[in-house]
Parts: sequence; structure tokens; C-alpha cells
Amino acid sequence: MSVRRALDVTAAAVAFVLFWKLIVVVGNYPVFILPAPEVVAERFVSAWLDGTMEPNAAQTLLEVVLGFALGASAALVAGYALARSRLIERVLSPYLVAAQATPILALAPLLALWFGSGLLSKVVICALIVFFPVAVATMVGLRNVDRRLLEMARSFRATPWQLLWTLELPAAMPGIMGGMRVGVTLAVVGAIIGEWAGGEQGLGVLINLARGSLFDIPLLFATLLTVALLGVVLYLIVALVERRIVGPRG
Amino acid sequence: MPPVPLPPAPGARPDDRGHTLTSIAIRGVSRSFPTADGRLPVLDAVSFDVPERQIVALIGPNGCGKSTLLRLASGLLRPDDGSIELDGRPVTGPDPRVGFVFQEPRLLPWRDAAANVAYPLELAGWSRERRAQQVQDLLSVIGLREFAATRPHELSGGMRQRLAIARALALGPSVLLLDEPFSALDALTRERFNAELVRLWERTSTTILLVTHSIPEAVYVADRVVVLSPRPGHVVADVVVPLDRAERDANLDMLALGHVAGAIRRHLEGATDDPTREELTAEVGRQRRARQVPIEELGVPAWFDPFGREDDE
Ligand SMILES: Nc1ncnc2c1ncn2[C@@H]1O[C@H](COP(=O)(O)OP(=O)(O)OP(=O)(O)O)[C@@H](O)[C@H]1O
Ligand SMILES: [Mg+2]
Repeated sequence: MSVRRALDVTAAAVAFVLFWKLIVVVGNYPVFILPAPEVVAERFVSAWLDGTMEPNAAQTLLEVVLGFALGASAALVAGYALARSRLIERVLSPYLVAAQATPILALAPLLALWFGSGLLSKVVICALIVFFPVAVATMVGLRNVDRRLLEMARSFRATPWQLLWTLELPAAMPGIMGGMRVGVTLAVVGAIIGEWAGGEQGLGVLINLARGSLFDIPLLFATLLTVALLGVVLYLIVALVERRIVGPRG
Repeated sequence: MPPVPLPPAPGARPDDRGHTLTSIAIRGVSRSFPTADGRLPVLDAVSFDVPERQIVALIGPNGCGKSTLLRLASGLLRPDDGSIELDGRPVTGPDPRVGFVFQEPRLLPWRDAAANVAYPLELAGWSRERRAQQVQDLLSVIGLREFAATRPHELSGGMRQRLAIARALALGPSVLLLDEPFSALDALTRERFNAELVRLWERTSTTILLVTHSIPEAVYVADRVVVLSPRPGHVVADVVVPLDRAERDANLDMLALGHVAGAIRRHLEGATDDPTREELTAEVGRQRRARQVPIEELGVPAWFDPFGREDDE
């Protein structure tokens, strides 16, 4: 990252914090409504230092990573099948869309009932929420491969397998990675919802505790900040992977 | 061009230097495409031969089916009627003896120049070292060695076309189907590539079917020039270029070529609804159907992209 870009990002962050502080000062809100940024920052640091945050963040990260891996892999296979067969698309897409339209918030308690309040139910919820955007991106990406390139490869007698690996997947990769960017941020949401629906550990659990029995609103904000940072970092990792494997195409 | 050894295809005969020779026979080929209102006939009973080691130029107005004919000859498309034979055997699908240069370069945008040229070698299962050597040789032939690591979007249109040519040559084909391969080259490069094509042909015994819109190019490069009518394309003339290669080189800008060029031009003009066409109409021994063609059927603009839509394969 260039110095210029680092400066831009820092300036925007400073502006955000100042704006936040301004609202607190002007509105004169009590700490349990909107704590000032320095209060949150202090609680953020102390929560990480005293071991309140770390195990919960690690748990959520684990759920997100496993759920994303599971959901995205299943979505790649399903997207391929949907792209290949109009029949499969016709038969399956109503269910996919219906599943996507059902709020995951409503499904989460059910899934917790089925899969228990441990790791598995959160992984399933994350996987479900990741599945749809990645599957659709894969299907659309594979469908839209330039027919002229396909014809060129066929003129060199590419086998269907070679077509897939040397042409269709690389051509669809920008779209697929776009789906993954959306998916990974949704996976964080999925993990939090899963933890609300029942769980012993995780950032979602910590949010519940902070606003409930602990009534520690600065901790609530510090946890939200952690969730947001987790999302940003995961998103950046996906974007970085994308840069590596897609590269400049012009 | 580096001589590229290729295992002889079944039924192929090598020439005295061990190169494979292949002939093309186009026999009564018709093809139409489905459109919103019925089928659009594109080629109508086209017949001609490209004997082994000949260069035949195919010339005709936009949209008359030249690219379609090449796709049929390569086995990418099936004729509705008639057949296409390589060395007396019907073409049923893409053939390893055939190298195809499409009308657009069709490069893979995520691969650099060298990897694009290597693509057919990869598909054919060549080892890494053999690929590297062959790609080096091909890149020097087309003069793009310094651009080996450049991606297509950073190359000029002509450079991309040259890459597409190198890619088609990679597997050492004995038949080359060239669809306006030089259309984007600058004037001098184009002359050089015309000469290079003839040199390649002399060295490798390739049989070449070349689509071009340039009459001088056709006359300089080809043994025969086949002229197609507007859509649906059929053969209106099959003109022999009666000059040997040495004479052509000596006469690059001269009248001897101009005479043949003039004949081709008249056939082409006869193929439009020019009122004088009756007197100019070609011999060829093929019966031309006297048919007034309304003007809107004549030209499909050059930018028209037939591959953008679905066809019925
Ligand atoms: N896949 C397709 N589906 C429908 N119509 C097609 C298809 N391919 C070609 N055509 C039609 O066939 C006709 C001939 O196309 P073709 O590309 O063979 O012309 P051409 O002689 O190569 O023209 P140009 O000189 O402009 O390259 C055009 O009218 C085009 O609309
Ligand atoms: Mg064409």
C-alpha cells in the first residue's frame, strides 16, 4: 500500500472517531447508551489483555473459517452442476431461492435444536449463509465464459476436463471470487446469529453477556468492534487471494 | 519457422522430407443457422478442393459465410448437407492436423504471451521443457520474443493477431485455416507476414485455406483464389494465379499481378447486384443462379459478431 493510500485510510478513520466523539459530547449521552470512543478503546484493550475477548474471538473465527470452507466448497460443486444442466437448475433453484429468502435468524434456533449448541450448529449456519452467493456466482461465471474462447480450445481438441481447468474455471474466477467476498462477510453474521441461538462461547455470546447480566456497554461496543475487524480482515484476505489468482486482465 | 515434427496422422502420406501432406475437399456443403424467423441459409452447395501443398485464398463480401466455411472445415461445426474431407476422410470433429487462426485473436486474457502460445502444447500433453523450446522458437518467428511475459491486454491488436498465428502453428499442423489473419497488421508487417507465410509453406508442405479481403494479398500468396457470392455463399469463380513465386516477388507492385487482381475484382463485383454483372460473370463451369439480391441482404457489417449468439450445435 502506498503512503498516499495509508494516509487516506487513516484520515477517514480519524474523521469517523471525531464524529463519534462529537455526537457523544453534543448529545451528552450516558455511557450505557453511547460510550465515547476513548472509553470503548480502553475497554477493547483491557478485554483483550484480561482474556475476556480472546477465547470468544478465537471460537467465532473457527466457526467462520470452517463454515465458509464447507459452504463455499459445496457451493462450487453446486454452481458447477447448475451451470452444466438446465434440468438441475430448473429443479433446484426454487428451493435454493426459498432457502435464501427464509431469514437465517428464524432458522437458527431450529438448527441449534438439530445440531446441538456446540460448534457444529454454527458451522452449518455459516455454511448455509455462504452457500447461496457463491453458488450463484459460480453458476453465472461458468455460464458466461466467452463462447469464442471455448471454440478456440475445442479446435485444439481440449477434453471436457481440460476445458474446465484451463478455461472455464480461470474465466469464471473473478465472478466466483466476488461471490466469496460477499460470502465471507455473511459468514461472520451467520456465526454471531448461531451463537445467539445457543452457545457457550463466541463473540455473539459475549455481546449477549455484555448487554445482559454484565451490563457492560463499553464491552458490548468493544465486542462489536472486534466482530467488525474480523469481517474486514477476512474480507481483505479473500481480496488478496483474489488478486493473486485472478491477476490483471484488462 | 522451426520444423515441427508431428506424428503422421492415420492415412496421411509424408512428402520427401517427411512432412505430412493433407488435402481438403469441400463437397456440396450447405449450412444454415436458426434465427427468430426461420433458418438463415449461409452457405449454399459450396464445392472446391484444396489439393495438398496448395494455398487457396477465399474472398467474398462480409457475411457470405467464409468464417462459417472455415469452422465447418475444422470440424467445429457440422454441415447441413454435403461433406468436408481431409485426405479423403470425412471430418467429424477438430483434427490434430489442422491449425486454425480465428478472425479474432481469441487469446486467454489471464495468460501472458508465451503461455498463450503454449496453450495447445499443454492440451496435447507436451513436457515443460519441450514446450518452452517450441514457444521460444515461435515467438522469435513472429518477432515477439521480448513480449513473452506480457498479457494480451497490453499488446497491440496486430501483436495479438501474431500471437494467434504462432499458437495455430504450435503443433505443426499440415493444414492451416486462416481467417483474415493479417487484417490488423501494419502495411509492412503484413507484407512480411505474407512472405513469411509463403516461406513457411515452402518449408513445411502445409495446405492452406486463407480468408482475406485483400485482393493483392490473395494474388501474392495463393495458387488459386475462390470467390464467394453474397449470402448464401456459393462459389462464383475459381481463379488460378498463373505466376510462380519468384515472379510474384519480383512483381510485387506490378501489372502482372494487377491483371489477375482485376479479374478477381470483376468476379467480386459481379457477385453484387451491379447491373453490368451479366457480362462480367464468371466461367468456372459452375452454373450461377441468376438471382436479384436485394441490397439489404448483401452486406452484414464487418463488426457483426456471429459467435455472440446461440447456435444449434
Ligand atoms: N452461430 C451463428 N448463429 C446464427 N447466425 C450465424 C452464426 N454464425 C454465423 N451466422 C450468420 O452467418 C452469416 C455468415 O457469417 P460468417 O461469419 O461466416 O461471415 P463471413 O463471410 O466470415 O463475414 P466477414 O467477412 O464479415 O468475416 C452471417 O450473416 C451471420 O449472421
Ligand atoms: Mg468472417
